[in-house]
Amino acid sequence: MRRLPDLAAALAGDARADRVVPPSGFTAHLTQFTAAAMAFLAVFALALSLAAGRLADHWDEAMARTATVRLSAPEGQMAAQTEAVLEVLRTTPGIASARTIPDEEQRALLAPWFGPDLPVDTLPLPRLIEITETAAGMDADALRFRLAGEAPGAVLDDHTRWRRPLIEAAGRLRLLGWLSIGLIGAAMAAMIALSAHAALAANARVIEVLRLVGARDAFIARAFVRRFTRRALEGAAAGTALGMLALALLPRADAAAGVLAGLGFRGADWLVPLLLPPIAAAVALVATRVTAMRVLKGIT
Amino acid sequence: MIELEDVSHSYGGAELLSGISLRLQPGSFHFLTGPSGAGKTTLLKLCYAELRPTRGRVRLFGAELGGMDRDAVARTRRRIGVVHQDCQFLDHLPLTDNVSLPLLAAGRDMAAAAANLRELLAWVGLQAHTDALPPQLSGGERQRAALARALIMDPDVILADEPTGNVDWEMSLRILQLLVELNRMGKAILVATHDLNLIRAAKAQLSARVLRIKGRQVQLAGADL
Repeated sequence: MRRLPDLAAALAGDARADRVVPPSGFTAHLTQFTAAAMAFLAVFALALSLAAGRLADHWDEAMARTATVRLSAPEGQMAAQTEAVLEVLRTTPGIASARTIPDEEQRALLAPWFGPDLPVDTLPLPRLIEITETAAGMDADALRFRLAGEAPGAVLDDHTRWRRPLIEAAGRLRLLGWLSIGLIGAAMAAMIALSAHAALAANARVIEVLRLVGARDAFIARAFVRRFTRRALEGAAAGTALGMLALALLPRADAAAGVLAGLGFRGADWLVPLLLPPIAAAVALVATRVTAMRVLKGIT
Repeated sequence: MIELEDVSHSYGGAELLSGISLRLQPGSFHFLTGPSGAGKTTLLKLCYAELRPTRGRVRLFGAELGGMDRDAVARTRRRIGVVHQDCQFLDHLPLTDNVSLPLLAAGRDMAAAAANLRELLAWVGLQAHTDALPPQLSGGERQRAALARALIMDPDVILADEPTGNVDWEMSLRILQLLVELNRMGKAILVATHDLNLIRAAKAQLSARVLRIKGRQVQLAGADL
């Protein structure tokens, strides 16, 4: 928070104090370009993180509280075993409800794969029973054990087997996104520190004169800090705007379809990248100030 | 105001000045002379803390240099006007900005000092060159501009390193005249020069002490000048 007034002062500027350092020509644009490129990349890393997070939440919610029992049995035993399964489910803790999926619904589920004309009635289709868990959840292994005893043809599919790696992958993707943003910020800090160092070295004589007439280190550092902070802010603003525009122009797709198709911002997410330019400016401010103070210590 | 007590300074092991004691009192006028390379500039640098002594003590306005941090040194320099040998201007800024640079660095109100600045530039005879860049000025103009910059903060002490080094005799006398006037206004002045004619010219107008650096020591020169 201590930096906030600094940041405000850096942006407000003081034309007279700024002029003590001669204009630097084309290298100014290099700093702006670097900040713009970094902000552009950061927008995508941010979009990746947010999309991965949305995807993980989506999978988690949609599949966390449901499971399915698939029952295959000879024609004559189907009804009895269905009844036995339902009885087991009724007496298993952690299960909110169990529902036998009716034939019509099952037909509708299969229609996309086999077409509407398939004579489903003649096929030995397994019976599906949908389970909705309570908030506390059930003990899948115990249930499997009981089902094996009561209804040998029943198989419990609790979705966790393939859900967990998906959610893990999405979580990892989100982590990578944030890590990328961190690396982008660090790389920008390093590049700005390097160019600030070069600017300080190029202006060694100016700094010497300023010291001789009684300028404090903070005054000299400010002249450089203001310059680099403004360049980083301008560059990052342009980069962020371009990145957001590029995302806005991506073809729309359902978030559930996949990470790539879901890349982008939703609703209030669009406000998050707007933080990038001020963050870039703050990074530039700290990087330049630390560099300047360190260099100035070497001048009497 | 500026006191050196048993001060030595060496560059990379070789001692240039050894056991020097010096006191600049308010209203005093000193010349510092000696052959080139004797350490005149080094002694001046010790007086405005661009160099720190390798031995001995320096006191500036009653404060020990040893106990001063960088900011304290910066604040102390605002009370000492220095005319550097090579002027030390910012070549990309016009004359007025260069002369008022100490005000800007000290965070003073520039608008309030504008009248003062005009007066000062008129006094050194540069009112016609306010927008000129330092490289466009002649040697004499640069020296007078450097003097104006040294005076803008109204310092108590003025240190001048070869202020007449690059100018003709007429201009030397003009610069000397400005220094003499300042001394009459109560400023302590220390001028390093190897120009003995300048010293003689000054002695005709006021009682100046002449310090000579010889054999790493500072001696008070007699009436032999």
